[in-house]
Amino acid sequence: MGGHSNWPEWIYVGIVIALMTWVGAEAWEAERLVEHVPEDAETIIVTGQQWFWTFEHEDGTKEIGELHVETGKAYKFEIVSTDVIHSFNIHDYVVLMDAVPGRVNTVWFAPDAPGVHDIQCREYCGLIHYNMRGTLYVEDPA
Amino acid sequence: MVLELQKPRPIWQIMFSTHHTDVGLLYLITSLGFLFLGGSLALAIRAELFLPGAQIITDSMTFNRIFTVHGTTLIFLFILPFASAVGNYYVPIMVRYKDMAYPKLNAIAFWMIPPSGALIWLGFADFTWYATPPYSIISAPGPAADMWIFGLKILGISSVLGAINFVVTILKCKHPDMSIGQVPLLAWSYLSSSLIILVAIPTFAAALLMLLTDRLGVSGFFNPAMGGDPIAYAHLFWFTFHPEVYVLVIPAIGMMYEIIPRFSRKPIYSYNSGIFAFVLLSIVGFSSWAHHMFATGMSFTEKTVFMVGTLAAVPASAMHVFNFIATMWNGRIKFSTPMMWSVGGIALFFGAGAGGVVNSAMPLDFSTHDTYWVVGHFHLFVMGTIAFGSIAFFYYMFPYVTGRMYNETMGKIHFVMSFIGTILVFFTQHVLGLYGMPRRIFDYPPIPEWIAMNQIATVGAMIIGVSMAIFLANMIYSSGKGKLANTEDPFGVGGKYYYPFEAKNPSH
Repeated sequence: MGGHSNWPEWIYVGIVIALMTWVGAEAWEAERLVEHVPEDAETIIVTGQQWFWTFEHEDGTKEIGELHVETGKAYKFEIVSTDVIHSFNIHDYVVLMDAVPGRVNTVWFAPDAPGVHDIQCREYCGLIHYNMRGTLYVEDPA
Repeated sequence: MVLELQKPRPIWQIMFSTHHTDVGLLYLITSLGFLFLGGSLALAIRAELFLPGAQIITDSMTFNRIFTVHGTTLIFLFILPFASAVGNYYVPIMVRYKDMAYPKLNAIAFWMIPPSGALIWLGFADFTWYATPPYSIISAPGPAADMWIFGLKILGISSVLGAINFVVTILKCKHPDMSIGQVPLLAWSYLSSSLIILVAIPTFAAALLMLLTDRLGVSGFFNPAMGGDPIAYAHLFWFTFHPEVYVLVIPAIGMMYEIIPRFSRKPIYSYNSGIFAFVLLSIVGFSSWAHHMFATGMSFTEKTVFMVGTLAAVPASAMHVFNFIATMWNGRIKFSTPMMWSVGGIALFFGAGAGGVVNSAMPLDFSTHDTYWVVGHFHLFVMGTIAFGSIAFFYYMFPYVTGRMYNETMGKIHFVMSFIGTILVFFTQHVLGLYGMPRRIFDYPPIPEWIAMNQIATVGAMIIGVSMAIFLANMIYSSGKGKLANTEDPFGVGGKYYYPFEAKNPSH
């Protein structure tokens, strides 16, 4: 309708499509790099349950509510849940993966500087979801 | 249009009527009632989060119940019925038919809403508006959870019946002289969103039944202890409710398509691209459901497919924004209250859309997923675009419905306060999410940034609360005592020259 031509709209849509293609390509490339777990990564089994986190290192030591790791190493988290869905999150390291009962999800990170960081549950899991928190201690190797 | 308050009728004549404007009025009043109920829960949530520790809500279970009912109410009992209200009023007039195609079915669809609203409010379930299993199966207390499931079930049936009615009215009852390419964009928006409902809702209806039997212990579809898979529910849920976002937003955009050309005193820039974008959105809306599930352990390929599907919705949404701006360009714009709400809604739509790109890009999603970023993002959509468009249209139809004019100054104050409040609350929540605050938490550790931003958001919410009180007062006062409106041209913007069909209903 109307006697005008629509070419500005098509140019604009073209620009939007080009922008989205660029965003998508960048995101794809970044994710492709992030997904690649280093071969020498140490495995830590992370168990979420109402309402605390349990961590089991490769050597069998277990920690509840806190996790000690060393700088300069890569860690692979194998995340499981014993009851409902939780979401394992170390926000400072952009580590996020759901703990789904009946599944083992993996995610990895390699801390580079000593420090103390928050671990939290980011998926609603009931009464004390708000306080399902833990602490990550990154230490220099002894 | 009905002039309800100029020709008073006993209330039961409206309640038992099947005429489209009467049913529309019932939808309108019900949805606004739930807007205020759901909004007051939002204020309770914000007041609670003003400081760490318990403020006004003493235990986390009550808090969890409040945010669940808040979300369910505003999405299913405010926005959806509001869209049906507008559709009931305008779609038959726009396609020049005397009523909806099935008037009794229409009334039945409306009368399913009060009982489902009662089930949701009396139950006060706690498992969030997406009822994620296995929490909703093994941990959520009954009968609240079961009442929520039944309430949603009834609402789903009501939406499907309403959608059938809109599709048949638009496609089969339109005036024979009018081709489908001449039907106004508002009616096109109802056609697109109704088609989405017809495809999407049955999936969720099945998921709800499976959830219910799981809760009863007779099946284990989503219960890992019985061999089920909770992620299957997430797929079924988001297959329905990602497109459902477009069910909510498309009518609101259709309402803006009605308002913006009229107050710009110019024809729509491109009617055809409006239709194209509606149809495109309702198709690609289905290609993006699993971007809600990037963190559930999907493969890289799945994530890529759904990221592309999600990004594909951006150009279609952008076409609408372009159309609106191009329509206003060089127009003689009259900034009456409905126009201000529409323009504000477009600005916030743009902001919400830009934030949405971040959510759909895979690595960035892990930083924002299930944090307050997401809360800010979808509230900016739901409040900033859908509710703004709906309130714009409410002001627009007010003189036609009541025969009286609302108070323009109060309407503008309502807009300015709501706009400022919306920006304060939801933009702050985006930043709060980047600082890592998870959503749906009753209490938070005393991190200074979290406290400061929660306080800004709470102040913003209070500003919105006050503006809504002004809105309520304006509505009540003006519908009884407001000055009489000129129902031919209540806003003084001149003739309906952009509008090719006479807005006369043969039965009136």
